[in-house]
Amino acid sequence: MNGPTDAPVIRLEGITREYVMGTETVRALRGIDLTIARNEYVAIMGPSGSGKSTMMNVLGCLDTPDGGAYWLNGQEVSRMIDDDLARVRNREIGFVFQTFNLLPRASALANVELPLVYAGATARQRRQRAEEALSRVGLGERMHHRPNELSGGQRQRVAIARALVNNPSILLADEPTGNLDSATSVEIMRVFGELHAQGQTVILVTHEPDIAEHARRVIVLRDGKIDTDRLHPVRTTGAAA
Amino acid sequence: MPLFEAVRLAFSSIRAQKLKSFFSLVGVLIGVTFLIAVVSIVQGMNVYMTDKFAGALIGINTFSVRSQPNIQMGNTTEEQWRQWQRNPRITNADAAFLQERMTTPVRFAREGWNRLTVGWRGRDATDINVHTVDASFFEIKRWDVAEGRFFTPQEVTASADVVVLGYELAERLFQGRDPLGQTVAVGGLPHRVVGVVAEQGNLFGISLDKFAVTPITSPVRRLANRPQIIDAFHVQADDLPTMRAAEEEANALMRVRRGLRPADVNNFHLETSEAALSEWEKISTILFMALPGLVAISLVVGGIVIMNIMLMAVAERTREIGIRKALGAKGRDIMAQFIVESATLSVTGAILGIGTGILLAFTVREFTPLPAAVAPWSIFLGVGLGVAVGMIAGILPARQASRLDPIEALRHE
Repeated sequence: MNGPTDAPVIRLEGITREYVMGTETVRALRGIDLTIARNEYVAIMGPSGSGKSTMMNVLGCLDTPDGGAYWLNGQEVSRMIDDDLARVRNREIGFVFQTFNLLPRASALANVELPLVYAGATARQRRQRAEEALSRVGLGERMHHRPNELSGGQRQRVAIARALVNNPSILLADEPTGNLDSATSVEIMRVFGELHAQGQTVILVTHEPDIAEHARRVIVLRDGKIDTDRLHPVRTTGAAA
Repeated sequence: MPLFEAVRLAFSSIRAQKLKSFFSLVGVLIGVTFLIAVVSIVQGMNVYMTDKFAGALIGINTFSVRSQPNIQMGNTTEEQWRQWQRNPRITNADAAFLQERMTTPVRFAREGWNRLTVGWRGRDATDINVHTVDASFFEIKRWDVAEGRFFTPQEVTASADVVVLGYELAERLFQGRDPLGQTVAVGGLPHRVVGVVAEQGNLFGISLDKFAVTPITSPVRRLANRPQIIDAFHVQADDLPTMRAAEEEANALMRVRRGLRPADVNNFHLETSEAALSEWEKISTILFMALPGLVAISLVVGGIVIMNIMLMAVAERTREIGIRKALGAKGRDIMAQFIVESATLSVTGAILGIGTGILLAFTVREFTPLPAAVAPWSIFLGVGLGVAVGMIAGILPARQASRLDPIEALRHE
């Protein structure tokens, strides 16, 4: 890891983002100041139109802010060009999506290896690290199955393994249980809890209070601004940030 | 992303949609098939025409002095034809004149020719080429003996009534019995068989082994030409430059002998294998000139088809592109992926085209008298063109893919 451990992994200062839709300008983010420390477990909530998705895209380096500054793990990513952003996404961010976003024709193993392909790892390194990541999420036995041969919960585990395989600074999950039944949701949230307990910084973007309950810190957005930012009492294992 | 990885990925995409992939590469397949098949056939013909045709009909490093061309390819004008008909015939004296005065080291042989019936014990072979020649004719033709021997200069001097048979003629008349020493009727005149020429096969399906050769002094010569008249005087050198010198010398001497002034055209004909081949060369030149056009059209069409297929693939796989970008693929990684995929598709077409082209060439060789020889350079060119067409066709779709916004692409259904 880069930098001292007490340095924040994410620092946002006055982030703004606007979209032009037809004749109207939508101010999706209107000045966000936020600091997230290493090994925090944060849920970002908010009704639709609150700027939640834009926030997730900016945090995930898929989108660049119009104003303000964003430091991720010590690098100012708000000024980066596309190729550098791709590199940052590859090394620093692990995405978990609502719809899993696995490549349908590739095996679980090949899906997990994908970020390593773009990181330039050798075939042997890729295989070894992908197998480790799949074992970590309890899928060591199903590495060679294709997504359509796996259950929803298993698919999301593959996606989590893929997100972890490059040892990212943050795990960024967008409605990770949105397509899962409640039993499977509990199972997936347990995986996030375990990863957090092992030291992983986890950021959930969700509109479901039940899911947000799993996080230690809940940030609610409203109209492109932070409305509330509060800490939960410690519930289960692991130390508070 | 390493190239190997990209090619493997490309093959898995191609396999996922076999039928569509196949149709998309038909254009390139046809183009390369054309290339391989036409080059094979033309090149095969070239080898055949130079080696076999010219060698068998005229002889290597040989030219013939004739009153008019023996081998004609292409069109002759009516006027040209009449001009040849007016040419004086070649005589023994012409041959002697040349033989005495030529200084270039060469071999000479006179020849008279007719198409006659050859028979033995009631079995007749009609329309047999009967050559009445000097003994040196066998050297010029570079024939091998299958049985017996060729006749000697002494036998020519002695007007011996001997005959050497072509392989097929001997087979047909004697049907496995020993022809040596037997007396056959050549145009009704008895001749003793002294030898059989080794089998030569066929030229464009016409047998080269149905002939009989007698001394130019034998009785049968009367059936070929009037006294002192011959059909050809063959001159052979050991190599091509010597032959060229001899040809020039013979031309000059013949003009002197015929009393031609500088402005007069020749009233005789010097026939070389080159002259016979010149018509073929015209045909092959036209084929080779038309070939790039044919191939180019197929490849352009093939390239456009592949480009469209790739544009469709980019549209269908927008989400995949979004996923790859989110996971760290740079624009150039995506670009490379689609260009490699397009090139792989096209090269697959080219390789199939090489296969069908070779198959076509072999089919032609098996079922027609036309020969075919696959040229290695055309295979390399085929693969090279496949790569080039695929890469060029892939540029536009790949660029489109590489420029997709990852957020939009991930939202795509």
